[in-house]
Amino acid sequence: MAEFLLGAAGFVLLMVALGLLRILRGPGDADRMMAAQLLGTGGIAMLLLVGAATGVGSTVDVALTLALLAAFASVAFFKSATGAPADDAADRG
Amino acid sequence: MSLLDLFTVIAVCAGAFFFLAGTVGLLRFPDALTRLHALTKADNLGLGLVVLGLLPHADSVLGGLKLVAIWLLALLASGAVSQLIARAARRTDPRR
Repeated sequence: MAEFLLGAAGFVLLMVALGLLRILRGPGDADRMMAAQLLGTGGIAMLLLVGAATGVGSTVDVALTLALLAAFASVAFFKSATGAPADDAADRG
Repeated sequence: MSLLDLFTVIAVCAGAFFFLAGTVGLLRFPDALTRLHALTKADNLGLGLVVLGLLPHADSVLGGLKLVAIWLLALLASGAVSQLIARAARRTDPRR
């Protein structure tokens, strides 16, 4: 069972690595941020799989931290990309 | 191989397939909003299936709940963040 879970973790890692090609190709900053978002989601799945395969329980905490950091990274990207505090009012109408 | 192991194999394989779909969508789709659509849906479904597959291996009920909580946090964060990324993509490219 451990071998299967490690193999699945390796597959997810490969998918994340392929997704990072989007950072090279762009074209926009939003596309690059999406690849970072994929790194967050895939990293969580990979950490959970490795944790279950090796029996190291603390990887779950690392995955939880990664989930938080990926969300904060994207919010920081939005604030810097739009150059203004996140304000809905300017976007409507 | 017990029935629970079989369940784990099926669910984790399905999750890995959705990660494959998300990556292919991110690389192949033509513009930012369609790529965002592929990424935010497929990957979070893949993560959910992986978590579902790992639930039988959780040490305790609390450990299983923690796994589900991580998935829910990822869902919430992804839902909010995809709105922000779409808004940023639209602002930087006024044609949309």
